[in-house]
Amino acid sequence: MGWIPSTVSGRCYCIILFFLAGAPWIFLWTNQPFLLDLLCRGLILAIAATSLNLIMGYGGMVSLGHAAFIGIGAYCVGIPAYYDIYNGWVHLGLTVVVSAIFALLTGLVSLRTKGVYFIMITLAFSQMIYFTFVSLEEYGGDDGLVIYLRSEFPDFLTMQGPVALYYWIFSTLLLTLFLVHRLVHAHFGRVIVGAKHNEQRMQLLGFDTYRYRLTCYVISGVICGLAGMLLGNFTGFISPEMMNWIRSGELIFMVVMGGSGFLFGPLIGTGAFVFLEQYLPEFMKFLNPSWLEYWHLPFGLLLVLLVLVGKGGIHGMLSKLDSKAQQSSK
Amino acid sequence: MTRPLLHISGLCKSFGGIVATDHIDLEIRPGFIHAIIGPNGAGKTTLIAQLSGTLIPDAGQIKFNGHNITSLSAPNRVKLGLARSFQITSVLLPMTVLENVMLAIQGTDGHSYRFWTPIHKDHEMLDRGMTYLQMVGLEDRARYLAAEVSHGEQRQLEIAMTLALKPRLLLLDEPMAGMGLEESARMIRFLAGLREQTTILLIEHDMDAVFSLADTLSVLVNGRVIATDTVKNIRANPEVQRAYLGDDHA
Repeated sequence: MGWIPSTVSGRCYCIILFFLAGAPWIFLWTNQPFLLDLLCRGLILAIAATSLNLIMGYGGMVSLGHAAFIGIGAYCVGIPAYYDIYNGWVHLGLTVVVSAIFALLTGLVSLRTKGVYFIMITLAFSQMIYFTFVSLEEYGGDDGLVIYLRSEFPDFLTMQGPVALYYWIFSTLLLTLFLVHRLVHAHFGRVIVGAKHNEQRMQLLGFDTYRYRLTCYVISGVICGLAGMLLGNFTGFISPEMMNWIRSGELIFMVVMGGSGFLFGPLIGTGAFVFLEQYLPEFMKFLNPSWLEYWHLPFGLLLVLLVLVGKGGIHGMLSKLDSKAQQSSK
Repeated sequence: MTRPLLHISGLCKSFGGIVATDHIDLEIRPGFIHAIIGPNGAGKTTLIAQLSGTLIPDAGQIKFNGHNITSLSAPNRVKLGLARSFQITSVLLPMTVLENVMLAIQGTDGHSYRFWTPIHKDHEMLDRGMTYLQMVGLEDRARYLAAEVSHGEQRQLEIAMTLALKPRLLLLDEPMAGMGLEESARMIRFLAGLREQTTILLIEHDMDAVFSLADTLSVLVNGRVIATDTVKNIRANPEVQRAYLGDDHA
C-alpha cells in the first residue's frame, strides 16, 4: 500500500485531512454547528498562515504585516457588497488584483531591507492601510461593514449555507497546500530556499535574488488575500481590526508553533492556536472561576514552551517520533 | 599578444581611513593561471569582492572580455562568465550535494521562474549535476546533505558549483584553505587540469600550490601591486622577498 505515508507525521497529516474532508457531516450529525464555525475560522487562518510560511518559513522573510492582505481580501468583498455587487467573480478578481498590486508596491520597497528592518517596514505598511480603512467613514471606519449576502457564483458552486462555505474553504486550503508544495520543490522554490540560507552565495551563482523574492512575496500576498475574501464571507462583518498588526503577529505564531518551513506546519499550528484560544479560558474557569480573565498568561507560557521545547514546532516533535521509530526498528 | 580577458585599471577602495585597494592595475590573459599573493590584510579578498560585484569600487574600471563591468550587478557578472569560489566554505548546508550543484546550473541556465515541475524530475539537470560532481570526484556523495560531508568535500563541492557556472574566468579565493596535505595535493592536480578549459585568478596562501600552478604572479602589499611577473622572476625579486616571502623562502 504505497499511498500510505511511512512517517508518523505523514500519517497524522493524512488523518487530519481525511477528518477535515468529512468534518461538516460529523458536526451536523452530532448537532454541533458551533464546532463547524470554529473549524471554518481555523481553516481560513490556516490558509493565511500557509501563505506566510511560504515567504517566512521557506524564504526567510519575516513579515509583521501579513494580516493586511486578509483585510484587503475582506474589503474586496465588503466594499462591492456595500454597493450591492454580490458577484463572486468580481470579488475574486478584485481580491487577486488588489492583493497583488499591494504586495508588489510594498514588496518593491521592503524587500530592499533585511531582518529587523524588513519586519519594521512590513509593519509600517500594514499599519498604513489599517489606519486608511479606520478613516474611511464611508465604509464604516473602525466600526466596520456588515456583509448581508455572501459572494454569489452563478452557474458555479454556491457559497450559501455552512456546509457549502466550509467546502469552499477546505478546497482553497487544499489548493494552497498543493501549490506551495509544488512551488518550493520546483526550480523557483529552490532559489527562494537557497536565498534564505545564503543570499550572497545565490547572487554569485547568478540569481537576482531580489526579483525572485518579490515574485514569491506577491504570490504569498495573493493567497493571503484569498483567505481574507473567505473570512469576509464567513464572518459577514468586516472591520479594520482584521489587519491590525496583532493579527499579523498571531499569524507568525501559528507558523512557528506548527513548524516554520514545513508544508503542514501552519495548518497544525493554526489548529493548536485556535483550539487553545477557544478552550483555555473555559479550562481556567473550570479550575477557578476568578481565573478566567487571566487565561492569556498560561496561553503565553504554553506558546513559549512549545517554541523552546519543540524546535521546529509541533511538526518538529512529530518528526522526532519518526527518528525514534527508525532507531528502534534498526 | 592576445587581448586581456580581465583588465583592471586604477582600482581604488577604502574603508574609512584604511586603503584596501590602492590604484591597482592588472591584466589577465585568457588561458593563464594568474596568482595573487600577499600577507594577511593586503586586500586580496577586497579585490575579489570588487571583481565579483559584491563591493563597489571608489574609483577605477574593470573590463571583462571587452565589457565595462564596473557597475554591473553580481548576478549579471556571473552570467557573463565571471564566477568565484569562497574562502570560507559557503555551500548551502541544508541542501544535498547534488541540489547545490543543480542550483549553480540553474543560475546560468536562463531563468528559474519555473513554478510547477519538481526539480528532482528534471532528469536533464540531474545528469548535468552528476557530471560536475564526477569531475571533482564527489559522485558517491550526491545524496548526502552538504552539512554531512567533510570539510575537504565541501571545498570540492564549492569548486564543482563554480565550474557549473561555466566560467570564462574563475576567481578562486584560497581553494586550499583548511585542507590537509593530501587533499591539497589532489586539489592542485585538479586545478592544473582546468588550465585548458578556463582562465583562473587564484588567491592562495599555500606557496607550493602557487608556485606549481601559476603562470604569472602578482604580489599585493597594503592594497598595492608591488610586482607582477613570472613565478621564476618573482622568486628572485629582492623587494618581494623583503615584503612578503621572508628570508626562509629566499
